[in-house]
Amino acid sequence: MVRFLKRSYLYLVFAFLYMPIAVLMVYSFNDSRSRGVWGGFTLRWYVELFQDRTIMSSLYSTLLIGVISAIVATIIGTLAAIGIHNSRGIQKKIIMNITYLPVLNPEIVTAISLMILFVFARVRLGYLTLLLAHITFNIPYVILSVLPKLRQLNKHLYEAALDLGSTPAQALWKVIIPEIMPGIVTGMLLAFTLSIDDFVISFFTTGSGVSTLSITIYSMARRGINPKINALSTIMFTFVLLLLIVVNVRQAREEKKERNGKHGKKQVSSFGAKFGGA
Amino acid sequence: MKRTTLFPYVIWMALFIVVPMLLVLYYAFSIPTEAGATWSLENFARFFEPIYIRVLGRSLRLALISTVICLLLGYPAAMVMAGNAFNRKNVILLLFVVPMWMNFLLRTYAWLTLLERNGVINVLLTNLGLPGLNILYTESAVVLGMVYNFLPFMVLPIYSVLSKIDKGVIEAAGDLGANSFRVFTKVVLPLSLPGVVSGITMVFMPALTTFVISRLLGGGQFTLIGNLIEQQFLVVGDWGFGSSISVVMIVLILLSIAIMSFFEGEEKSVALW
Repeated sequence: MVRFLKRSYLYLVFAFLYMPIAVLMVYSFNDSRSRGVWGGFTLRWYVELFQDRTIMSSLYSTLLIGVISAIVATIIGTLAAIGIHNSRGIQKKIIMNITYLPVLNPEIVTAISLMILFVFARVRLGYLTLLLAHITFNIPYVILSVLPKLRQLNKHLYEAALDLGSTPAQALWKVIIPEIMPGIVTGMLLAFTLSIDDFVISFFTTGSGVSTLSITIYSMARRGINPKINALSTIMFTFVLLLLIVVNVRQAREEKKERNGKHGKKQVSSFGAKFGGA
Repeated sequence: MKRTTLFPYVIWMALFIVVPMLLVLYYAFSIPTEAGATWSLENFARFFEPIYIRVLGRSLRLALISTVICLLLGYPAAMVMAGNAFNRKNVILLLFVVPMWMNFLLRTYAWLTLLERNGVINVLLTNLGLPGLNILYTESAVVLGMVYNFLPFMVLPIYSVLSKIDKGVIEAAGDLGANSFRVFTKVVLPLSLPGVVSGITMVFMPALTTFVISRLLGGGQFTLIGNLIEQQFLVVGDWGFGSSISVVMIVLILLSIAIMSFFEGEEKSVALW
């Protein structure tokens, strides 16, 4: 009986979490602009969605900026993590504190500070500023994903590589990087999703004519309800769901393979890091 | 390994993190004059005018209400998840995470459809012969939006602490004669405090600084501190005043982090947030 009550409570919470999304998806097939009324099944909004120039071009910008910013942030962030791992004392402290700054600062503060910088330096707001801003808020998440892998690393590996005659660059490239690869990949995926999901920072650092998906959704939603947004939501939610299932099945398979019990925590922490995003 | 690999990051950080923050401070503490700018506290003085104090008060109040609701809803949910009511905990955990991966704006937008005058909830209520519910563009809608968006931030840290509690400790308390209420108040609750604290931090801060939820679900009538900053930069163009509000906000956040980490002890929530 208690078990039943407990379960029901959690089901209610899930209903609260999923009901809005479900309604959104159902109404994307509704052949009537009015919300309360069901006007029959239609795919009209999906057709209109794909014909909408603004949405399609902002989708393109979103993906482009997501990919480039994730790659650049991963390179800078991985190198930075290696450097941080090897620095000591006050220097390390200062760098780590500054790294946490964009993570802890309210997004809107990071956003306006970057906007001030760009306007102050007379950089025209647009693609370039968006990209610079996204790289900036992505780097800390890459660093925080790579650092734990470096801590697990056997510190004699690097010395062994040098003793065996490799140059420092070779040792880094052939020994260290492959060892910390899982952290790098996690960091890059995280950076990509954070970039795609970002609204606040993009909103302040973009200029006229350049718009990401989030910005387009915001300006459409401000004008009220639009069935095209529902269609877009349905596609995005399905995509995310499939992605998560694939990632989790893979993770579960790997855990089964390794079976040393140390991996259980990893999943939660890499999901947890995403929550800086909201 | 050499530390030269830090070089690109240090330059990047200086340019895009440190310099912008210094610029914010500069604009916050100066006012433009004909000869350039002079140092002044005028921007901060403006913030203490009654209308702006009211905005600050409203932001704090709504963020606080949302945090309390999230805690009241989230703690029992985390307990159920950490308990043995479900066999497949990973799936349950995933179910909490999935909505978070949906675009934040779309999640907020979804409530427009539900809460509208002719929206789904009202149609259902009228069909049942009940009076309609008109909370869209009110403070309740803003709070609802905050709770909806930030609830998982409360549940997940509490869950991760609860699931790590040694079951033996709970059994021991029972063996020593504590009833389940006392086991909860004397054992489980104190042990779960670090999770509660990071949950509170993770809900309170985004709730305090949001401007999207209040704009979409409050219809722009309920200016929160985030909206105020947005207006100063994108509508009014008063960077000085906007920067000073941002500085106040940073101070508020740093204060609450300090208070929270004091309660939290060594366990740090920083990496999560």
